[in-house]
Amino acid sequence: MKEFEPKIVAFVCNWCTYAGADLTGTSRIHYAPNVRVVRFPCTGRIDYNLIIKAFERGADGVIVSGCHPNDCHYTSGNFHARRRWIVFRTLLEYIGIDPRRIIFSWVSAAEGAKWADLVNKAVREIRELGPAKEFINMKQWYEFEKALGGFRG
Amino acid sequence: MSHRTFTITHENLLDVLTNTIAVGNRLVAPVRRGKKLFFRDVQEVQSIVFDFIQSDESPKDLVFPRVEPMLAHEYNAGNVYLIDFAEKLQPLPTILFGTRPCDAVALSLLIEFFNEGVGDPFVEQRAENLTIISIACTRADSYCFCTSVGVSPNDSRGSDVLLTPIDNDQYYGIVLTEKGNAFVKKGGDNFIPSEPKDVAQYIVTLREEFTPQEITQRLANAFNHPLWMDASLRCIGCGTCTYVCPLCSCFDIQDEGTQTKGVRLRCWDSCGFSLFTLHTSGHNPRHIQSERWRQRVMHKFSYIPQNRNLLGCVGCGRCSRLCPADMNLKEHLCTITKEMTEVKADR
Amino acid sequence: MKQLHERAHELLEQKAVSVIIGYGEGTEGRVRPVFIRTLEAVRLLVWDDRCRVNLAVYLNKPEIRKFGFPIAVVSTPATVRTIVQLIAEHQLSIGDVVVLVRENDTVRALIQKEDLEQYARNNPVIFPPFVIEEIELLKKMSIEERFTYWQEELAKCFKCYACRAACPLCYCEKCITDVNQPQWVCVAPHPVGVFEWHINRAMHLAGRCIECGSCTIACPVGIPIALLTIEATRVVKEEFAFTPGIDCNAPSALSTFRVDDKETFIR
Repeated sequence: MKEFEPKIVAFVCNWCTYAGADLTGTSRIHYAPNVRVVRFPCTGRIDYNLIIKAFERGADGVIVSGCHPNDCHYTSGNFHARRRWIVFRTLLEYIGIDPRRIIFSWVSAAEGAKWADLVNKAVREIRELGPAKEFINMKQWYEFEKALGGFRG
Repeated sequence: MSHRTFTITHENLLDVLTNTIAVGNRLVAPVRRGKKLFFRDVQEVQSIVFDFIQSDESPKDLVFPRVEPMLAHEYNAGNVYLIDFAEKLQPLPTILFGTRPCDAVALSLLIEFFNEGVGDPFVEQRAENLTIISIACTRADSYCFCTSVGVSPNDSRGSDVLLTPIDNDQYYGIVLTEKGNAFVKKGGDNFIPSEPKDVAQYIVTLREEFTPQEITQRLANAFNHPLWMDASLRCIGCGTCTYVCPLCSCFDIQDEGTQTKGVRLRCWDSCGFSLFTLHTSGHNPRHIQSERWRQRVMHKFSYIPQNRNLLGCVGCGRCSRLCPADMNLKEHLCTITKEMTEVKADR
Repeated sequence: MKQLHERAHELLEQKAVSVIIGYGEGTEGRVRPVFIRTLEAVRLLVWDDRCRVNLAVYLNKPEIRKFGFPIAVVSTPATVRTIVQLIAEHQLSIGDVVVLVRENDTVRALIQKEDLEQYARNNPVIFPPFVIEEIELLKKMSIEERFTYWQEELAKCFKCYACRAACPLCYCEKCITDVNQPQWVCVAPHPVGVFEWHINRAMHLAGRCIECGSCTIACPVGIPIALLTIEATRVVKEEFAFTPGIDCNAPSALSTFRVDDKETFIR
């Protein structure tokens, strides 16, 4: 049987991680192709709703990454983001969604190798976790036969 | 029809219901979830609750579900594919057991409303496959006011079979429609034919606080009455009253989807929300809660009667029981009919 | 109760407040919010163990604000914390509200910052036993069990937004769920839409929830939704040492930060 290939969405900041990922490429470092990178101005902009939407649209894992503390281009975006992630991660776990599916990291513009490592490790871990069953479960309703009955609760 | 009236014991009734599930019917009946009582699909007849005054959720979502997909579309390699859910819909034959007569009346009015004019294929098809077995009320609480809005605790409108609990753990039943007849036929010997009986002694008596005519007349000139503001000060503007109401039928059409595929859904909506009337321009014709509360009362007791010669309320009392701010509809209607002084209609 | 009536009488007679928001007799033994504007109506006020709903929610209502500040509110410890939090979030100013509280069998009127804060600090919100039981139950569950628990509970939700309407801290004129360009939260009450709504509600109340339980009391289908915001507030309390509703000048927990905030999961 073919191995499960997880789909991973990476939300990264423009100034550090995106540049870091660029460096990975220009340094010709090979890494897993499972990741789709979405560039944001800052980690402070990465709304938790975006993470939820990614899962709903079929992602099996999400990587969120930006500048190291004290390195933010806007001085404090990553600090704000960090607080939000701490709460969001706990809430997800509380509502029954495995927080291991979201991987948070700081990757600077100089850390091309770290980005490759991060993605490779994320793919390995999420492959082990399997498809995002919680969201597949919630989305079952959209399947034709089930949707026909209308949703009654 | 072989017989129109019968008696059946409680135990035999449960057997009949077990059989209806066994032969592939869907049985929906009142069951408890925590402290609340809902109409849900039942697999074990033991879980059916008989001893209650009124369920927390109305059974309207059997014909008008809270989310109804209407169509789906997909764009693929230059072609657009459409799925019309109205054509594909094949509702399971469903037995709705244990509704109160007011709910059965409400369902029949709701179905009638959706089928007016061009009709509604979703509601129509669900209604066709629905058999309603209701149980007359032997108890009521102070929130109930069916008799004041022209419904009675043993109203037979809308039901296919109406059961009345009588002595010795038995029910006296009346078959009212062909669908009801089919249900009773399948039950075979469990239903014992009986002479028509007067069961009034078992039915709860409920004082008539006002009449539908009274309330409609009073409301005709009451649009600008200060009462609306006074009465709705404590309303917090949630949609509870409309969502638990068996007759509220307002809906909102939503499109969900991505670039290449999507689905159109019909969802419940509520006149209690400010978003309900918000225009694209930003203007809101009902910008404060008292205007929304007035709309709800006026719609049910003035506008619907003007158009259809009936009220938009069956007096089940759910909205009042569940209101977080204790907005009691019966009390408000009493105030309108008894205390409200005439205000000159202004133009 | 007699003391409350005297206080209320006094406040209205001196025209110190435009309206007193309090509890009155409702139907079937329930209490309901009442709005006292005349001396004759003062007798309608009751105050006993049934008075649990957080009346601070009405301070955000335009119709009530129209009466003009100051407004008096009959308050439980949770209500006092709510008012402090609303002041901290610049929704109210000191002096807008005369907070009527019970203290050692007397009725006190709190107006000043120090009094409000002191009362809020000394009178924590106490959860009813069933809430504590439910919290303990969830703690013991595995993550899969918790998922099943919440899916079953949330399946009841038909999005009447009673939780939002009953919450005194949900005062946004335009809620995120009403925003449709872009549509962040699915409007439909199907599993995805309901999940999105409840996670958003909890995130928006993280570090702001007073834990009064009004949302759970209001929920017509009996979902213990307060548990989500209680959990969010617990995290904020534990991780950032921040308790909402005790400091009139506190910044919002999630729009501030400390450079040395601790976490264990960022790689």
